[in-house]
Amino acid sequence: MTVFLIVILSSFVFSLLLFGIGQKTFQRMTWFAALLPISLFIYFSSFARSIMDGEVFNFFTSWVPSLGINLDFRLDNLALLFTLLITGVGSIVFLYTTQYLKGHPKLMRFYVFLSIFMGAMLGLVTSNNIITLFIFWELTSISSFFLISFNNTESPSRKSAIIALTITGLGGLALLAFAVLAAQITGTLSISEMLQSPEVFANHQYSVILMVFIFLAAFTKSAQFPFHFWLPGAMKAPTPVSTYLHSATMVKAGIYLLLRFTPHFQNNSYFFTTLLIVGAITMLYAAFQTLFKTDLKGILAYSTIGALGIMVFLIGIGTTSSITAAIVFIVVHALYKASLFLVTGTIDHQAGTRDVTQLGGLRKVLMPLAIAGFIAALSSGGFPPTIGFIGKDLIYEATLNGGLNPTLLTTMAVLTNILMVFAGLLVGVKPFSGKKPEALGEIKKPHFLLWFMPMILAALSLLFGLFPAMVEALFTKNITPLLTGEASPHLAIWHGFNLIILLSAITILGGIAIYFFWKPSHKKESGMLKFDAFAPKSLALKFADLFQRISYFLTRTFQNGYLRRYVLIILVLLTLVFGIHVFINPRIFLELKEIKALNWNEIVILAMMLVSIIFTVFTKSRLSAIAGMGVLGYTMCLIFVFYGAPDLAMTQFSIDTLTVILFVLVLYRLPKYLKLSNRTNRLRDGIIATSFGTFLALTIIEIMNENPIKSTTQYYAENAYTLAKGKNVVNVILVDFRGFDTMIEIVVLSIAAIGVFALLKLHLKKHEK
Amino acid sequence: MKSLILKTVSTTLLPLLILFSVFVLLRGHYLPGGGFIGGLIAAIAFILHAFANGLTQTRKVLRMHPGFLIPIGLSIAILSALAPIILTGDPLMTGLWYEKDIAILGKIGSALFFDTGVYLVVIGVCLTIIFTISESV
Repeated sequence: MTVFLIVILSSFVFSLLLFGIGQKTFQRMTWFAALLPISLFIYFSSFARSIMDGEVFNFFTSWVPSLGINLDFRLDNLALLFTLLITGVGSIVFLYTTQYLKGHPKLMRFYVFLSIFMGAMLGLVTSNNIITLFIFWELTSISSFFLISFNNTESPSRKSAIIALTITGLGGLALLAFAVLAAQITGTLSISEMLQSPEVFANHQYSVILMVFIFLAAFTKSAQFPFHFWLPGAMKAPTPVSTYLHSATMVKAGIYLLLRFTPHFQNNSYFFTTLLIVGAITMLYAAFQTLFKTDLKGILAYSTIGALGIMVFLIGIGTTSSITAAIVFIVVHALYKASLFLVTGTIDHQAGTRDVTQLGGLRKVLMPLAIAGFIAALSSGGFPPTIGFIGKDLIYEATLNGGLNPTLLTTMAVLTNILMVFAGLLVGVKPFSGKKPEALGEIKKPHFLLWFMPMILAALSLLFGLFPAMVEALFTKNITPLLTGEASPHLAIWHGFNLIILLSAITILGGIAIYFFWKPSHKKESGMLKFDAFAPKSLALKFADLFQRISYFLTRTFQNGYLRRYVLIILVLLTLVFGIHVFINPRIFLELKEIKALNWNEIVILAMMLVSIIFTVFTKSRLSAIAGMGVLGYTMCLIFVFYGAPDLAMTQFSIDTLTVILFVLVLYRLPKYLKLSNRTNRLRDGIIATSFGTFLALTIIEIMNENPIKSTTQYYAENAYTLAKGKNVVNVILVDFRGFDTMIEIVVLSIAAIGVFALLKLHLKKHEK
Repeated sequence: MKSLILKTVSTTLLPLLILFSVFVLLRGHYLPGGGFIGGLIAAIAFILHAFANGLTQTRKVLRMHPGFLIPIGLSIAILSALAPIILTGDPLMTGLWYEKDIAILGKIGSALFFDTGVYLVVIGVCLTIIFTISESV
């Protein structure tokens, strides 16, 4: 039980350990970092055999049982697919980076964030508790933020990181809302228990809101239109990060969420139709964009968005074959896209550019890399005998047999795939073919790891293509029934001559044709930029700008640094609230008899109060004004004494003494006379103060007429002695019943003291101010 | 303020007031009083002394910077809150009580230690703030 928890948390512990090792030592033993993903991969692989036989593992550790939040992990086949992807691609990326960022001064920090990300991602896909799912989800966003802004001295990196964090953070909030609402209507936080009542999800009056939240979460994370724009920006991160987070794993968290909750929304056609539409728009839009990009990573970013669009689109079709296609496509995409990204990284590392118009003829120097790129491009284009071919077959089978309009769906899928073939060839083949341009200069041979790692992934694409039964046994055989309740279709590379083969052929030929006849250029790219003003990115940035200006305005108005302004705003607002209440809902009764019953000492106190108030307001000296306030405070103490609140009286008495001392100390050196404001201001302040006092008094009189609920008072009064052995109820509440509040209060007090001390003792030199 | 009367009185009053503040702290569980108010009284006692004799004299009497009382008090409060977890395995801040009555003090429990923590923090905070301000003016 606890072993699994330790495994999930090991990445976080590991990242702390890296801190302990220190930058210098770490530089000499970077291989050490790769031990983590490799051992995790082995650990998760050890479950494969039992899970293939249909077993599901539950690991439960209670955390906050009173709120239903527990460290509840569930390793089923869907989770296994993702854990293997995360740790598998993770191992390759960890090893690749040792060479890619060799000698980088912040290399340790890179591995720290990468480890945190891996732990968060593993937690995300294995969580069976929706709150921990949310926590891990947010952790992936945060670690992604730090990795995108890894080159934090460059302004574009920082900006992209903030955009990515804002968009995915927005989705995170939506996920939290989804979690809370889902928990409210099902009465449980456990995802698998929620599934026991799927009709609740589909038919509840809030099911539309539920869907809006889950869509917002999934679409922002998985870069669906119109939230896709953070992903191309995220390419500012070092290539291993793009490989790992922004193509193979993190962006698939949204897909994972949708897949995980597909059974919950089983019979809800809105759920699937929305996914279908959004997925279709995203895949066509992104695939079209790849035509106009010249940066290799830009092309890969848009083809990743396109691939994510295809996945959402497939889930949206909602049939058994389409879900199977989506699952296979997750594997296909992770393998070829990670491989292509790593190939791009090596090209960038060796040739110093990623501009596709300037690259060519690299096959002579980077031969093994060219093979890896070629195989990955084949899988990306769906050429036989790669796993990509099977993936594409399944997509066409799904579109031909599913949905309301198979012709339309198939046309869209074919169009997207033709462009994906083109994108794959452009990245995986173009830099290596043809003649080497003069401008490139001498290119050195890359380190063994820099070509071997993409090669492993490419080889796996080929291997799975030749033996599709492996994918079927490992993943689809169990996942499809898990999500749809029906058996998965048999995966095979050859189904005989049929329409699907024809469509595949059209796709491949179309892609090759575009590759030969359409040359990407900077002119075309800048032509496309003209439309940027309408792109969701610009609109979002304008909205953010507006938001910022509004907050500047509010800050300037309400937080201008003058204490008198703050007091004024607070009092005016309270006066309005009390005033409106008193006017709308007057329930004020005064018992005249009670007023007559005032005895002489009360009258004396009231008179003293009045005198001191008048004195305070009209005196010309600061110090005497303070003294007047002090007198007022002491007379208040007397009232507390007469009405049986000695605790309050004592506290008020000492506080007043201290306040007067403080005031005297602070004001000692200020000018003696306090005629600082002009007549109008004084008049305004007077009116506000009087009306505030009046309305407050009226409200208090009203409260006196209410019948207070006595249960709380009674509870404390009855239990103070029996439970806490104290007779002074006030003190028992302070140190026992609500002792935790007191604890926080003394911490706040300490912080205040430290603040005062630091502010006044801080002697800055001139240049530091 | 160099009044001989105030000077003489304050030196005598200081121990008396502090004794009184401890008394207020201890009686808090049964009668009006408690750590917060006790701390305030003790702070006022030191401030009175400082007014009469000057800050340097008061610092000498205190022997340490009043700021140190803050972490000491916080630690006592937190330890008394953690005590039930460590000693008996009850949840945080469960009241623990020594069964027998003790002369003068009455019943002793974790709440008293908690209150003592509050007492020290309040003295530390008040004195730190007021000493700092009066030094910087």
